[in-house]
Amino acid sequence: MTETRLVRRPISPDGLLGAVADPAHGAVVLFLGTVREQNGGRAVHGIDYSAYEPMAERELAMIAAEARTHYEVGALVVEHRLGTLGLGEVSVGIAAAHARRGPALDAMHYVIEELKRRVPIWKREHYADGTREWVDPSR
Amino acid sequence: MAAPPVQLLDVLLFASAADAFGAPQVRVAVPVGATAAEVREALFAAARAATGRALPAASRLAVNQRFAAPEQPVAPGDELALIPPVAGG
Repeated sequence: MTETRLVRRPISPDGLLGAVADPAHGAVVLFLGTVREQNGGRAVHGIDYSAYEPMAERELAMIAAEARTHYEVGALVVEHRLGTLGLGEVSVGIAAAHARRGPALDAMHYVIEELKRRVPIWKREHYADGTREWVDPSR
Repeated sequence: MAAPPVQLLDVLLFASAADAFGAPQVRVAVPVGATAAEVREALFAAARAATGRALPAASRLAVNQRFAAPEQPVAPGDELALIPPVAGG
């Protein structure tokens, strides 16, 4: 089972864990990405996330399918939130489950690294002085 | 010699690229049979002409919702998008 989606509501860790629950799994890995209070020495007050939605959905689904093929994960759920998020809110959640811990950890790591590399999602940080800037990890 | 025929293509813009052009899409003129690399270069030139600012160098072109290889040809009817450096997660 793999599920991937873009959401405009809070991401529920319990919801992700429930979606992958299965007694066949001996390991469940949960990753949460959250809004951090500073970046590059500047105080961050919030982040707007936006996406090229049809392509982002397609890339997320492809990444999940690749992870499933490479690591034979039993269940994998990925959610990325869009819209304006405050400090500490969850922007991305990944739950990966497998009979054993190794493939579950590897699948989670593969998904977050590929997501950051190729899913067309962007974030614009809000700073304390009222300015907003798009984050460019390539610089 | 006659100039090669030109086609007008609409390209979707996002994030910093949409801000640079002040619009969610832009129309560029490229030769018929142009490649993804040529469309990308036309977009960079248009941004420089329109704004005096450079687009992020790592911006990629997507054709029909997939990242395009530089040599891939584009055609009218393709869904084109300029993808500035992504920052999900």
